[in-house]
Amino acid sequence: MNLDDALNTFVIESRELLESMEEALLRVEQSPHDEDLINAIFRAAHTIKGSAGLFGLDHVVAFTHNAENVLDSVRSGELEIDGDLVALFLQVCDHMGSLVANVAEGKEFGEDIRQRSDELTAQLKGQMTAHQSAGAAGAPAEASSSAASSEHVAVPAGGGEGGAAHAETDNWHISMRFGKDVLKNGMDPASFIRYLTTFGRIVNIVTLLDEIPRAAEMDPEDCYLGFEISYRTDADKAAIESAFEFVQDDARIRIVPPHSKIGDYLDLIREMPETEMRLGEILVRCGTLTENELDAALLAQQAADASSEAHQPLGTVLVAEQMVSPTVVQAALQKQKQVKETKGGDASMIRVNADKLDEHINLIGELIIASASIDLTALKSGNPELLEAASVMKRLVENVRDSALQLRMVQIGATFNKFQRVVRDVSREIGKDIRLEISGAETELDKTVVEKIGDPLTHLVRNSMDHGIEPVDVRLARGKPPHGTLRLNAYHDSGAIAIEVIDDGGGLNKERILAKALERGLVKPEQMLSDDEIHKLIFEPGFSTAEQINNLSGRGVGMDVVRRNIRDLRGSIDIDTEEGVGTTMRIRLPLTLAIIDGFLVGVGGSSFVVPLEMVVECVELSQEEIDAAHGRQHLNLRGEVLPFIRLKELFDIADAPPPAIDADADSPFGLQLESGRDDLPPVDEELAFLLQPVRRENVVVVNYAGHRAGLVVDTLQGEYQTVIRPLGAVFSGIEGISGFTILGTGQVALILDVPGLVRRVASKESRVNARAASYVMRE
Amino acid sequence: MAEATSPDLAVPALCILGDFTIFAAADLKPKIIEAINQGETDEVVIDLADVSEIDSAGLQLMVMAMREGAAQSKNVRFTRHSEPVLNLIDLFGLSGFFGTPALAGSTH
Repeated sequence: MNLDDALNTFVIESRELLESMEEALLRVEQSPHDEDLINAIFRAAHTIKGSAGLFGLDHVVAFTHNAENVLDSVRSGELEIDGDLVALFLQVCDHMGSLVANVAEGKEFGEDIRQRSDELTAQLKGQMTAHQSAGAAGAPAEASSSAASSEHVAVPAGGGEGGAAHAETDNWHISMRFGKDVLKNGMDPASFIRYLTTFGRIVNIVTLLDEIPRAAEMDPEDCYLGFEISYRTDADKAAIESAFEFVQDDARIRIVPPHSKIGDYLDLIREMPETEMRLGEILVRCGTLTENELDAALLAQQAADASSEAHQPLGTVLVAEQMVSPTVVQAALQKQKQVKETKGGDASMIRVNADKLDEHINLIGELIIASASIDLTALKSGNPELLEAASVMKRLVENVRDSALQLRMVQIGATFNKFQRVVRDVSREIGKDIRLEISGAETELDKTVVEKIGDPLTHLVRNSMDHGIEPVDVRLARGKPPHGTLRLNAYHDSGAIAIEVIDDGGGLNKERILAKALERGLVKPEQMLSDDEIHKLIFEPGFSTAEQINNLSGRGVGMDVVRRNIRDLRGSIDIDTEEGVGTTMRIRLPLTLAIIDGFLVGVGGSSFVVPLEMVVECVELSQEEIDAAHGRQHLNLRGEVLPFIRLKELFDIADAPPPAIDADADSPFGLQLESGRDDLPPVDEELAFLLQPVRRENVVVVNYAGHRAGLVVDTLQGEYQTVIRPLGAVFSGIEGISGFTILGTGQVALILDVPGLVRRVASKESRVNARAASYVMRE
Repeated sequence: MAEATSPDLAVPALCILGDFTIFAAADLKPKIIEAINQGETDEVVIDLADVSEIDSAGLQLMVMAMREGAAQSKNVRFTRHSEPVLNLIDLFGLSGFFGTPALAGSTH
């Protein structure tokens, strides 16, 4: 792994950590005493700082360090989590994100970034000083409690004087003995010491070279170094320990706090491999102990040795002396657990470049087309073995397709969770208390769709918060709870995913919308509109009420853009609203943008694909029905009115020539095409019906977003796996077509835009309904 | 990390170039010992002017070289320390040991 890779990993990991930090911050606001959450926030900051230190990103380390200090006070209960602190940390989180982004781009930190760092650092320090008195009070208490608990153990009998006296120094003392393999494991003791200098000052350092053997025995890749450091810092023990997190298993690190009992230093002296005198001198050289203190200590040591038969076992001393504080042990355990979990995770998850995945899907698209072609050839050949093999292959290709599409599926939860932040920020901005509820977070949809749905969804959420949910006084007057609730919900619905933005606000005001629409000339006074049509006026370009213009909506994205974005994804949006109760904006999107199960139909000489998920049933359109319809575009389907569209008329397709019998038998996809047309003898117009004695039409009943419509076609050709190819820009204006696909024969079939067609039918439906009803009654 | 051993009396006996770290340590150790063994005078000079990077492994080799020299009653001397070398010596508080000048703006 070269440095770039490592740095890349750092960037990715940091981003994930920041995401979880943000999430935890948002949750901790609701439950300020949840230690797990506070620890999660601390860990995220801490890990980023640690990793940044390894890469020498001093600015990141310095900034994060301040954040970590405040978090540490929170963790130890000195600081209370409140809204302001969370708000500050959300900013810190954002800023860390931009620092990381800067690192990712390999840029130097610019002046603006540094300035922002300073601003936030000042605020963080402000938080600290506000609670410094509490912090200062806490520290000695801790020290004295450790003294109390260790006193009788450290100095078992007699000699208590020397052991219990406290050293005068204000500095920490750190002893380090590195294991042989540290260098081989890619760690350099020097980097740990450099790291210490990022949040404290090394007052004195003594490097122990005693362990370096003679040249002949020395392995140049082994580490033989030890250090005694006198260190001044405001950080606590856990923070110092954390500097050595990565080397815990490979080194003996002992940290003695300032003003520790002489007994503590004694144990340090006793424990380290060097002789007592030598180490004692080193401590004096470091300035950690004075000569007098050392003498007292050694005297106490001798007295203790003389009077007690049993020397203190090292382990007991360690624990009793609280060299390893319980929090550290806990942190170490947690770290181990994390490592295990990551290992488990590594086994079941791999990161894949999205481009590779796209390429894979594209290839599978080609494979499907090729497979369809083979299938067709096999059918034509009539060779049973080939048919068998082709059908097996077809099935496998289908399986491969499904699993490949599954690869792209991601849960929508992550996208939803981002809105916690949006809702929080916006509700503060506009001074409404709004809570976000999330359901259906585990609903899966295509990654591309997830990426593109973010913006429209943001706008809908903001719109609901801004215009939907009423101010508190209005809410109370209406007998609603003072806090508004915004709900994001997702579920699968007949081959599509529905995403709902639900608010319990005032609902859409029909009269006001209509008035605005009239004023802006979007509708004419004489137009009769259904409720649904009125509601949908808010999606019209240029529909913006005066009250709507504020800094939330003034982002250049109107509701019309929302609708356009969603339509670009082959989706649709509709509104359920009840005045005074609330509004539900429901977005429907196709699950995937690449490959669908299609239903192939023939109209004249052309083939069309209807997304299979939207097909409800197919019925025959008999002559009686046509006659009964009196030329109107609806029929009676088991007592229900079904509006229909004749694709032949819609797309202005010429009638297919009468199919040659054998050609028909050979082409299961209904390829009775232009091929034969020119060869046919001219037919007497009047006798044409003899050549085409039974002219049957079929109706494909489709369902979209609760609306049904019939598509009148000539032939039904069955299921067909469809690789969706987008239409070129030239055709983008064509209504009713959403793409094309290539059939096994190499022929092109157009994919019907069912949502568009249904909309077209449904818009007339309400007016047609009345007449249709009377017609049904007459029958 | 390429290095040139000059057998004649001209100083230096060895120039260490580029990487003086764990990655080069295994290669450099025998070269350093060889330079000390071959030194015909009492003084063995090792030039550090072109060391671009040094870590604890490099530093250990420097210590080893001095001790090995002492064992052979030769004076192993490092000259023209590059910036990274001085920084590390300073960080480890070994200026006295190596007889190098303490850096200005030192942390201690």
